[in-house]
Amino acid sequence: MEKNFLATIGRVFLVFMSAVGRITIFTGQSLRHCIVPPFYLRLLGKQFMDIGYYSLPVVGMTALFTGMVLALQIYVGSSRFNAESAVATIVVIGLTRELAPVLSGLMIAGRVGAAIAAEIGTMRVTEQIDALVTLSTNPFKYLVAPRLIAGMVTLPMLVLIGDIIGVSGGFLVSTEKLGFNPGNYLKNTFEFLEIRDVVSGLIKAGVFGFIVSLMGCYHGFNSTGGAQGVGRATTNAVVSSFVLILISDYFLTVLLID
Amino acid sequence: MAETPKIELRNICKSFGKKVILDNLNISVAKGESLVVIGGSGTGKSVMLKCILGLLKPESGQILIDGEDITNASGHRREQVLRKTGMLFQYAALFDSLTVWENVAFGLIQAHGMKRGPAKEIAIQKLSLVGLGADLADKRPAELSIGMQKRVGLARAIAAEPEIIFFDEPTTGLDPIMGDVIDTLIRDCTQDLGATTLTISHDMESAQKIADRIALLYKGNVVWAGPATDINTCGDPYVEQFVHGDVDGPIKVDILKP
Repeated sequence: MEKNFLATIGRVFLVFMSAVGRITIFTGQSLRHCIVPPFYLRLLGKQFMDIGYYSLPVVGMTALFTGMVLALQIYVGSSRFNAESAVATIVVIGLTRELAPVLSGLMIAGRVGAAIAAEIGTMRVTEQIDALVTLSTNPFKYLVAPRLIAGMVTLPMLVLIGDIIGVSGGFLVSTEKLGFNPGNYLKNTFEFLEIRDVVSGLIKAGVFGFIVSLMGCYHGFNSTGGAQGVGRATTNAVVSSFVLILISDYFLTVLLID
Repeated sequence: MAETPKIELRNICKSFGKKVILDNLNISVAKGESLVVIGGSGTGKSVMLKCILGLLKPESGQILIDGEDITNASGHRREQVLRKTGMLFQYAALFDSLTVWENVAFGLIQAHGMKRGPAKEIAIQKLSLVGLGADLADKRPAELSIGMQKRVGLARAIAAEPEIIFFDEPTTGLDPIMGDVIDTLIRDCTQDLGATTLTISHDMESAQKIADRIALLYKGNVVWAGPATDINTCGDPYVEQFVHGDVDGPIKVDILKP
């Protein structure tokens, strides 16, 4: 009984370590193909549109309502000790440092990570990836690299736009519903905001974009067994992106806090 | 000394876990020859093809193309080798994100660095070789019937005028007439190119039509090989059983008897 228990722990640990190893090798290979030519600019452009441009509505909506809710909730809290003037500052810092990157990352994981895993997974099970190889085209270069670069570059752009929309949402609620003076609110927004608040959020966004693309590609690439396998790959891509975003968010915050 | 074989497999062994798939397999294809490897499902035909293409690595043995050992070739060297080859997949494996002509011209554009304009002209010319009109060029593969997809796949395989072409079950899933059309096209196209071809199939009629020589694979090894014309008269018990499709004979099918 005890022996079985230990054996189970050992087995789980070995499975976990081999998965970590596989992902590490996959990441290394992918990154190498991101920087070694040739580059497929046409594909990169397409991924910029798919991952970046078409995610604008989702990220915009998320940021808008987060900013609006944030203003309401912080007003409730801060009015208990007469610190209503802090609403603007907390909204902008909360959004730029934390909420815009994390929530956008999670939304993109659902929208883009799943799509990448499903597309590449289907290409795997229908032998399209093998076909790429037989046409002397490296699938890492052709499929993975453009998605990784696009994920890393476009998510910070999206988050920057999200920051602006989110702060506008907070501004709207504060001035229209909570009776703040617009001029004062804007002054409070920018008075204590530092460049590094925004930059740290954008760095996080870059990492999250990388995670989402990587997980989508990795699980799609390794999917097996037809429609069910592609479904599993898609689920795994989204779940692992979520978990990795939340975990790495903590460590990035520790790193970027000073 | 005889001419160097175009493709040569020496003592190839490959197993998945405990299951041995290829067991000391030796096969060679002379320049300009058409070899058809026949055998039941699960006898290792596809694994053999994937080993030659470098999609799988054999545990031991050598694979030579034009006398050059490419067993462990990777990266640039593998791409050089693959530039000499073309492949028609069982289900065509067309890229569904690209149009028909982009599929056919894929190798020309990606591997041979051709511009899109001239590549499209060649693609349309190759499509006409397989009996498809220029009006199909801008359609998506999903809009075509499976017989048409296979012909597009054939056009893609021959587009870069390779020295070696691999066919994976070219007639599987087609009606007898379309199967015959594909066989005739394979015969004509490869003869025009003077290409060496290696086909895996379990369709006897198709095999006799396109083969110069036939090899019968059973349990990861060649049990009979000889000229295509001898297949009905050789008297080999394995061949007899396979050609006539008998349950009884030296080839054992792994099904549990009730």
